[in-house]
Amino acid sequence: MTGTRTIYVPRDAAARALGADAVAATLANNPDVTLVRNGSRGMIWLEPLVEVQDGDGPRMAYGPATAADIPAILDGTSDKALGPTDDLPSMKRQTRLTFQRVGVIDPLCLRDYEAHGGLVGLRRALAMSGTEIVTEVTDSGLRGRGGAGFPTGIKWNTVAGAEATQKYIICNADEGDSGTFADRMLMEGDPFTLIEGMIIAGLAVGATRGYVYLRSEYPDAIEAMQEAVEIARTSGLLGDVLGSGRLFDMEIRIGAGAYVCGEETSLLNSLEGKRGVVRAKPPLPALEGFLGKPTVVNNVISLATVPVILEKGAAHYRDFGLGRSRGTIPLQIAGNVRQGGLFETAFGLTLGEIVEDIAGGTATGRPVKAVQVGGPLGAYFPLSKFDTPFGYEEFDGQGGLIGHAGVVVFDETADMLGMARFAMEFCAVESCGKCTPCRIGAVRGVETIDRIGRGDAAAIPLLTDLCETMKDGSLCALGGFTPFPVMSALTHFPDDFAKAKEAAE
Amino acid sequence: MHSAQAPADLSAQVAAICAAHLGREGPMLPILHDVQHAFGHVPEAALPVIALALNVTTAEVHGVVSFYHDFRDAPAGRHVVKICRAEACQAMGANDLADAAKARLGVDWHGTTTDGSVTLEPVYCLGLCACGPAALVDGVVVGRVDKARLDAILEEAGA
Repeated sequence: MTGTRTIYVPRDAAARALGADAVAATLANNPDVTLVRNGSRGMIWLEPLVEVQDGDGPRMAYGPATAADIPAILDGTSDKALGPTDDLPSMKRQTRLTFQRVGVIDPLCLRDYEAHGGLVGLRRALAMSGTEIVTEVTDSGLRGRGGAGFPTGIKWNTVAGAEATQKYIICNADEGDSGTFADRMLMEGDPFTLIEGMIIAGLAVGATRGYVYLRSEYPDAIEAMQEAVEIARTSGLLGDVLGSGRLFDMEIRIGAGAYVCGEETSLLNSLEGKRGVVRAKPPLPALEGFLGKPTVVNNVISLATVPVILEKGAAHYRDFGLGRSRGTIPLQIAGNVRQGGLFETAFGLTLGEIVEDIAGGTATGRPVKAVQVGGPLGAYFPLSKFDTPFGYEEFDGQGGLIGHAGVVVFDETADMLGMARFAMEFCAVESCGKCTPCRIGAVRGVETIDRIGRGDAAAIPLLTDLCETMKDGSLCALGGFTPFPVMSALTHFPDDFAKAKEAAE
Repeated sequence: MHSAQAPADLSAQVAAICAAHLGREGPMLPILHDVQHAFGHVPEAALPVIALALNVTTAEVHGVVSFYHDFRDAPAGRHVVKICRAEACQAMGANDLADAAKARLGVDWHGTTTDGSVTLEPVYCLGLCACGPAALVDGVVVGRVDKARLDAILEEAGA
């Protein structure tokens, strides 16, 4: 063999959950190869996806690999061979901007990061004024990827315009929505991108301190981010930023298992050390946020997209997309699917293309019944709505939301009354208790759905009415959006709510 | 303060944890995480010590501790098995899996087996939604957990 041989075995939590550590262990003491624990390429159905690279040659993919496959992979006779990774159909169809380095580089090697375009955006930003950076981000059309879809540049502009002794950049990494894992994959696979994005945000608005509020359910992401921040600090990326005289430092803070802390105001309370109770708005966090100071609160993906916008320019990013949804979106394809994982692409694919084509239908082989888009607060879409294009306004127009772009597929065995009940139960468990429609409404919702389940059709209008109250009267999206899954299940799958009645009769 | 008089060594240990975090903005959660890490739970006797350090009332500390699912008021079993209950895992049979776990362990959610070997907890999403049902066993992620895999996990945990 000529030159060096590098073997990539992902350290991504999904790959580890499928046995990547056992695969890596067989290579750890092999003197003939250099082992790199990269992020995941996103094709979770192929994980653990092992890549072999000789010298500067193409990376050859093998998967799903087990420890037993390694000898054959090393001598080139493995039946798990998939060809060059970059030529895999799923890779070729993607437009990877935010995730351009995830799965490619060693996540904790700053040199590798720079060799793949890292810090280009930050170096450009350091030569710009804050206003120019804000304008660039505004012009890119980037909207909050956490779910609300608020234009990132406009939020930054508010914070930039506020007068204060201290401002903050807070990254919302409390990715609690079922079916979403883009934040996790990015933090585990390319943590410096998030750090770079936060520094650029700090330069843009005049903030010198940042926090990542990271959920405790992500032990692997916590480890990666903490290590990355340490490396960034010792190598002069954090602190005096690249020796520019501009200051920015940041810290990783761990959540404590409360879903509602993904809501920005309850996240701020939690970060301050209080109960994670929602705050009424106004005041906006942009003006009175963390410790009462002007604060940018952005999702991981929003912040991690900023470096590529600065690297390639606002126009490059804006040219992708559909309508008012500009750029790319990392779709997370999950649940009962043949090919689950992360697929970054321009906005605009239809839901049907995503489910049938990219996800390849269900894992069980049974017909698709429903698709929940946007997490536990997102609507269940029936087959009849599969022509809906993936975009903020387009999904809103169909009574749904794209949220954090999780797409969870259910086959025909799904019991939609059960799913509606679960939505209410989840809301009851996770409600912060601040507002009555959510705190009490969710409990009554479970009871009312149980009545319907026992065959009491008179409870159906009651449930509809309750959902209206929760939607209109709740302080935040938890109580306000729980009606989406409940009402969509009731509206599109009425048979599941009538079956129980027939059984009772 | 009557009921929760802290033993001196606990007091000292908690006070030391508090002191390590006092310079931070919003030190409460980092302190609670460290206390739980040190004792396996947040002992009631630790609350007044934390309250004193942060200059808040014990009731406020109690309010914070009780708000978050992660903080325990009693130690867990020797192994903690968390099974994801969220939608994506449900689409792959998480409900049946959870029922099997409960039946085998003879506990409901949050319960600990009588021999103290396993605590069973629900978790709402581990971000392993493309390889469900998912579980977290003593902090280690496990994907595509079927009943056989679950049995092996519980077997190893001594339940």
